[in-house]
Amino acid sequence: MERHLDQELTDLKQQLLKMGTLVETAIFESVGSLKEPNKEKINTIISEDKVIDDMENAIDEWCLDLLALRQPMAIDLRFITMSMKISTDLERIADLAVDIAQRVQDLVGKPLLKPLVDIPKLTSLAQQMTKDALDAFVNKNSELACSVILRDNEADKLRNLVQKELVDDYMSKDPTTATRAVPLLLIARHLERICDHATNIAEDVIYMVKADVVKHHPERLQ
Amino acid sequence: MDKNIAIKAEDINFYYGKTHALKSINLDIYKNQVTAIIGPSGCGKSTFIRLLNRMNELVSNTNVTGKILFNGWNIVNPSIDAVEIRRRIGMVFQKPNPFPKSIFENISYGLKVKGIKDRSFIESKVEGALKKAALWEEVKNRLADSALKLSGGQQQRLCIARCLAVESKVILFDEPCASLDPISTAKIEELILELKKDYTIVIVTHNMQQAARVSDYTAFFLMGELIEFGKTQDIFTKPQDPKTEAYITGRFG
Repeated sequence: MERHLDQELTDLKQQLLKMGTLVETAIFESVGSLKEPNKEKINTIISEDKVIDDMENAIDEWCLDLLALRQPMAIDLRFITMSMKISTDLERIADLAVDIAQRVQDLVGKPLLKPLVDIPKLTSLAQQMTKDALDAFVNKNSELACSVILRDNEADKLRNLVQKELVDDYMSKDPTTATRAVPLLLIARHLERICDHATNIAEDVIYMVKADVVKHHPERLQ
Repeated sequence: MDKNIAIKAEDINFYYGKTHALKSINLDIYKNQVTAIIGPSGCGKSTFIRLLNRMNELVSNTNVTGKILFNGWNIVNPSIDAVEIRRRIGMVFQKPNPFPKSIFENISYGLKVKGIKDRSFIESKVEGALKKAALWEEVKNRLADSALKLSGGQQQRLCIARCLAVESKVILFDEPCASLDPISTAKIEELILELKKDYTIVIVTHNMQQAARVSDYTAFFLMGELIEFGKTQDIFTKPQDPKTEAYITGRFG
């Protein structure tokens, strides 16, 4: 027997997926703009963030309505409460995409300090982790969520590599490079934070699927 | 028996004629805690709660095996006096059932049956029980009025006071709010939360939200079997058995 609630939960999931797709696009566009910094494109990325902000509010309100009116239990309760948390993480990822776009704006008209090697790797990682975290949510796949969490260390390492190279090889030797190095350093930091939010989503997915709290308990992933 | 356990059911089987209504039930009821028993109609939850104060022996052609331990007794052993058990394990039913007597007499009745005649002692017990049942303020000036004049919610609290006056240790509630409005229901629920400081409480309810609100432990019965028993917050957020999950999320049938 299908319940009315099932349809509402399917609609909620679709809305989160829509939000996730917009967030993935925001990351892609913001980092993509690094190749050819372009003010108009950057402004579009920044203005489109409002759509994602509004979606977060709408999803929160929707979840509160479901909690109050449907009084869900067990998996339904975990799905709705985790949806609220996931929408918050998605919105934060979108904000970080805007932060990246703004740092790219700082680089408009300036030649790149160096060919980018680790930042593109970090970008791919952030995009893939975000995508996998959302796929894990949609398919209730706790194994995929677990693999997202385990990739977070890689993001930290790449961020550290970028930081070390920019500080040791450029800023320490020639402080005038700072205006071009600092935006890159911040972009790496923002990408690493995106990976942290993807990790949060993955942890929420594991709680939703298995009712296991792995947040702050990495040993429970085994 | 663990000192935190008030009642211990061990391998209880119960039959109505040939119908096997309870199947190998093992369940611990913890002292000063509220235990909710949930499950669909016909799952055996009322049969189980009625066994706890031997109400089932009023039904003919029944048979019980196993043990229910309480106060050093095996409750289901016919040699134990059922009246003594019911004095210690009181019961509040779905429909309030005050005696067609005055409010005062409803509460004092159990004491008189016990042979107590001291008027001032009885008066203090009646007042104490009505206060504990959160009814005193509403009835203190009309104790001689018929209990049947009270509202449904008040009558239900009167029935609770009746259990308290004879100093029951355990109170069984069988769907106590089924016929009450939301305000009266809220009062009964508040009262249950208050009473668990001094009493052990078992409540059978069809209302899952009520079970979640008032109980510390929840037992899920299905077709005469105890499917899952655990802390209420675990049962309602992360049940272990798929059948429990299906029932509490309304996916049953």
